[in-house]
Amino acid sequence: MRVSDIEEKARRAREKKALFGTDVDLQSYESEAKPQNIVEKAEELPGAVKKAALDVGVKLDAESSGAYVQMDQTPVVAKSLYEGVEIMDIASALKQYDYLQDYWWKLVAPDADKYTADVATSPPAGYFIRAKKGMKTVFPVKSCLYLGSTNLNQRVHNVIIAEEGSELHVITGCTTPAHVQRGLHIGVSEFFIQKNARVSFTMVHSWGREVEVRPRTGITIAEGGSLSNNYILLRPVKTIQTFPTATLAGRGAVASFNTVVYSTMGNIDIGSNVFLDAPETSAESISRVVSVGGEVIARGRMTGRVPGARAHLECVGLLLSEKGRIYSIPELDGQSRDLDMSHEAAVGRISEEELEYLMARGLTSEEATSVIVRGFLDVEIKGLPEDLKQEIKNITQREDLKGS
Amino acid sequence: MWLLEIVDLSASIGNKQVLKNFNLKIGSGETHALFGPNGTGKTTLLNVIAGIPRYKVDGGRIVFKGKDITNMSMDERARLGIGMAFQRPPAIRGLRLKDLIRIINPKADVLAILNRMDFAAFAERDVNRGFSGGEVKRSEMVQLLAQQPDFVMLDEPDSGVDLENIKLIGDAINSLTQKDKRPSSRTKSGIIITHFGHILEYMKADRAHVMLGGSIVCSGNPGEILAQIKRSGYEGCAGCVCQT
Repeated sequence: MRVSDIEEKARRAREKKALFGTDVDLQSYESEAKPQNIVEKAEELPGAVKKAALDVGVKLDAESSGAYVQMDQTPVVAKSLYEGVEIMDIASALKQYDYLQDYWWKLVAPDADKYTADVATSPPAGYFIRAKKGMKTVFPVKSCLYLGSTNLNQRVHNVIIAEEGSELHVITGCTTPAHVQRGLHIGVSEFFIQKNARVSFTMVHSWGREVEVRPRTGITIAEGGSLSNNYILLRPVKTIQTFPTATLAGRGAVASFNTVVYSTMGNIDIGSNVFLDAPETSAESISRVVSVGGEVIARGRMTGRVPGARAHLECVGLLLSEKGRIYSIPELDGQSRDLDMSHEAAVGRISEEELEYLMARGLTSEEATSVIVRGFLDVEIKGLPEDLKQEIKNITQREDLKGS
Repeated sequence: MWLLEIVDLSASIGNKQVLKNFNLKIGSGETHALFGPNGTGKTTLLNVIAGIPRYKVDGGRIVFKGKDITNMSMDERARLGIGMAFQRPPAIRGLRLKDLIRIINPKADVLAILNRMDFAAFAERDVNRGFSGGEVKRSEMVQLLAQQPDFVMLDEPDSGVDLENIKLIGDAINSLTQKDKRPSSRTKSGIIITHFGHILEYMKADRAHVMLGGSIVCSGNPGEILAQIKRSGYEGCAGCVCQT
């Protein structure tokens, strides 16, 4: 698709409301961002940014395969530290590589809704990460998308290509500092996982009470490829709506989605949408939601379109307050014979029996509740490097995640 | 001085009265066994002593270490020194057994405790999740070894346990009740519910009671009482005049 065609399509969708989530008034946000200072390496970033990144699990000082940091609309760092991985800001990458046109807006439609349209009609900012053919990384690529100005509409468009036989781990932390009262983050992401490539993508969100978030993610996985997608949201947010869509396009492709949400307020509409389009593909989606307030809609949709595809959905919610709501919507759509698709959904409170059991060991009611809540949020994620696993554990096991 | 003293205790669950004017005294360093048919109130007694809120005390009192604990919360009782092995404990998702041991007792030697119950392979497993009947019992013992209560309550610690492990459980109970020490230097006490008395071949009990219809009808030497039950059933105990 030519640039002019993309923009033309997007312009026509400018008023198009999204299928899910509350409607955001784009006009109420600033679309122009003040440029930020570019630095040579992540260590030179302002302390506040490094600290904010750390809070969302992105240790910029620790060992990594490279880093990308975007402050508002400026890519301030885009640096690879390992020859197997290329990291650039997407605007430069588009200029340098003509072939990227074959990937640009291929998995997310520019006219999907007003948010994608808004990104498509704005100058591109975001990361381009390419894991080179056959190259395997152990240390994750670390990225941080930092929304540092009040009232800004931060637009991001990312592309990840994991070439044949490569292995890539990415952790992205998206965050706002405490002084940002209000903001909007729209993130378009397109992931291409090629033959026999393995990718883990971990995203940790930490926003403000008046921040609205609309990620738009499309993923395609070729023969023998695999994706482990992990999403963690534990801090207050005004509204968020995301429904990443993955297509298992090649034989034996595998996708696993893990979602961990601790809701205190706002409107959180999250989920995953997987199409199993090739033989021997399998997908799993596990979500754990704890609500002490706010509304959470946990969606999961699996569509099996070829014989032999296997899919499993698990949405489990702990509702700990009268003020909260957890609406779990697992959907299975079988469109072929010989499918193996299942789901498990449960929403409930903490069992009295479990509380009493721990109290009989000397824990107070509050301690017992938080032990149970943290246990509930501790999703076992396979296929991640050990330090990334530990990082996720540290985040989901914070002492302040309690039952009230 | 009695470690535990239960005086005229009546308790109910829902609208059903289970314990009726129940009396029992357990001294420091003593281990008591409790026999009785199903539904006679043995588990209720332990749950009421532990303070599980579903059970309502309608009268009488429970005194532990000289303190009236009748209205004390479960966790306060636990911190005062009461520990219990549950008959059917719940599984707790996401809570690893080794982490629970550390929570129960931050100073505990986790590995030593697990090894003692031949249970190290379960350190990383979620507490009781997918455990077999016998594994659940070992998990309970591991937790009690970490907790080191002054008064331990064991609700059928031998049910579902294979022969190989029943000795381990008996040893652990002996250790929790300080049967490895001279009688005069024992301070820890216990009460154990057992249906068939099998575990008593592997642990030492000082005294036994038979419960029928919510109160104790017979007390005495554990071996003699067990022989009596085997000979003429619990009905034979009803006519027994020995009292606590």
